[in-house]
Amino acid sequence: MQTPLDFRASCPFPIQNYPQVLLAHGGGGRLMHQLIGKMFLPAFHNPLLDSQHDASVFEVGGQRLAFTTDSYVVRPLFFPGGNLGSLAIHGTVNDLAMAGARPLYLSAAFIIEEGLPMDTLWRIVTAMRQAADAAGVAIITGDTKVVDKGKGDNLFINTAGVGVVEHPWRIAPQSVQPGDVVLINGDVGRHGMAVMTVREGLEFESAIESDSAPLADVVLQLLKARIEIHCLRDLTRGGLTSVLNEISEGANRVIQVEEKLVPIREDVRAACEILGLDALSVACEGRFAAFVPERDAGRALEVLQAHASSAGACRIGRVTDQEGAKVLLRNAIGAQRILDMFSGEQLPRIC
Amino acid sequence: MKFIDEYRDADAVRKCARELARITTRPWRVMEVCGGQTHAIIKFGLDELLPKGVELIHGPGCPVCVTPLELIDKALQIAARREVVFCSFGDMLRVPGSATDLLAVKASGGDVRVVYSPLDAVKLAAQTPGKEVVFFGVGFETTAPATAMAVYQAARKGLKNFSMLVSHVLVPPAMEALLNSPDCRVQAFLAAGHVCCVMGYEEYIPIAATYRVPIVVTGFEPLDILQGVIMSVQQLESGRAEVQNQYRRSVRREGNRPAQQILREVFQVVARKWRGIGEIPASGLGLSDAYAAFDAERRFGVSELRIEEPSECLSGLVLQGKIKPHECPAFGARCTPEHPFGATMVSSEGACAAYYRYRRAPVAN
Repeated sequence: MQTPLDFRASCPFPIQNYPQVLLAHGGGGRLMHQLIGKMFLPAFHNPLLDSQHDASVFEVGGQRLAFTTDSYVVRPLFFPGGNLGSLAIHGTVNDLAMAGARPLYLSAAFIIEEGLPMDTLWRIVTAMRQAADAAGVAIITGDTKVVDKGKGDNLFINTAGVGVVEHPWRIAPQSVQPGDVVLINGDVGRHGMAVMTVREGLEFESAIESDSAPLADVVLQLLKARIEIHCLRDLTRGGLTSVLNEISEGANRVIQVEEKLVPIREDVRAACEILGLDALSVACEGRFAAFVPERDAGRALEVLQAHASSAGACRIGRVTDQEGAKVLLRNAIGAQRILDMFSGEQLPRIC
Repeated sequence: MKFIDEYRDADAVRKCARELARITTRPWRVMEVCGGQTHAIIKFGLDELLPKGVELIHGPGCPVCVTPLELIDKALQIAARREVVFCSFGDMLRVPGSATDLLAVKASGGDVRVVYSPLDAVKLAAQTPGKEVVFFGVGFETTAPATAMAVYQAARKGLKNFSMLVSHVLVPPAMEALLNSPDCRVQAFLAAGHVCCVMGYEEYIPIAATYRVPIVVTGFEPLDILQGVIMSVQQLESGRAEVQNQYRRSVRREGNRPAQQILREVFQVVARKWRGIGEIPASGLGLSDAYAAFDAERRFGVSELRIEEPSECLSGLVLQGKIKPHECPAFGARCTPEHPFGATMVSSEGACAAYYRYRRAPVAN
């Protein structure tokens, strides 16, 4: 018998924490992980949720399925290399892909602020259709809500997705083994900087384009090549830094990364340098980390590099046999430091 | 990245470290004044490359960290007002006041915005005449000219709805305050390169002479810092105490004259409280009488607010270089970036934050 929920219980946040939700609670850093860990996980606790993967994998009638959801609230709606619509498809398709699933169907829910130009909405919807076609998924259900002017930021989109899992493995942080190689499928930080430079009105010689792309196909190629994938995760909020920390924590193994092996485009590095941000903690929308055994690493790289979305794939580090939740970054000079998750959001500094 | 990568070249850095080891015969303690330098030192692990006995002491040069609690509380009071749009540099948002921080004021409905330049706040004031736009003018001589220019432009445009909460601080008086302290451990200074871009380095010459302390104007990249330490140790080893300029690609002896001129136009030198250190005479910039109308403290009636610093935070000792961050009993346990006791743990340039983020524990020698 299930224990009934104790509705008299006070808010699980201890008094010394923030009594109100801050923007930083959604920033992908430590505060967001605290919110999830202290409020959502205990409230909804079940074995599937507790695995805390991008998508949950479960069995229905002998078939393994993956299920995920994500909401998209990017401002501005249009940015170099994408828009809210393409992002809403790629993000959810990619969350399914990170479970090694073949995405099938998506839902789309629109929360529209009164006054949004029809033409803008149409451009977003068209982009969604194109992105869905390209990713091989169909949008089969949806919802529309309009809120008062000033009660929304133009447009919010939520998509949920279902995919089918056709491989026998458990792709999750808990499957990560000492000696596993950490691969990423290209340069990091581009999406976040593309959005930020437009949002903040920063101008560079050429626009930084988002890396937003669907990743399901390239993951299916890895599986087809019989690569033994231990874990996959897309480098969204909090970037590479948050992902490596999450996986290190889930696997309880120290991860060692070589800074000089992590590709960052010159314009992204420059923009980060100017704003005082760490490119390793900036969000991507078409990048993922793959944890594979050493014996499969070479072949995995060949498969990745042959795919248009992942031509810049490379190895950046390995999982050590040391227990603990920690990511170590060795720089070119040879000195080692902790690669720690940001507390809330990265804030541009004074000077 | 051109003009950055050259100064992070691993071989050149190791060569500098070997040179430093070669010339060092005795233990020396060098203070880097600027928080930007502290972060570069810890991020790149430069202190691990120093020969045994050469110690870097982290100085008070983080503008966020030295802003007194009192002023943060004034900012919070002003930002919470309905008619106010409160503009600030990003890293001030998370600095805790007595009870809350600017992020929480924002979550409660305050209009708090991050701007990259004080001039953006002036633009905003011109665009939103129905609102009071307040800029939080924080920083050393580096950021002061830009805030001075903002006030100057607001005055020229006749903007009545723009004001500034000013907490600018000056480096040389803080260095002298440290040197006058009876248990001063500093034997040489790496002066803050970007401060000197504005001010030049003539004002450091009497300090070097009076206190017999070498001062080397130093940049922010790994090679700059190691070269600054080498130049300091060379002086210490040969018994010299001069001002030298390592950061010649940016700093001229006389500094940036137009920037100094706008500072003189808008600001006057005032006594200023430093968080964790106390009041230092003639160590800050406040609006001059001609621009007093733009003073947010007066406009919003918060001038009289007085707040004492909490005793549990040892950031004062950290800022004075008397203890290293991990030597504070609260470090990493009760005091973390999520629940900072003091600004040194909050600011991206604070020494405690640098140790927490990159290191957590002392490096074994």
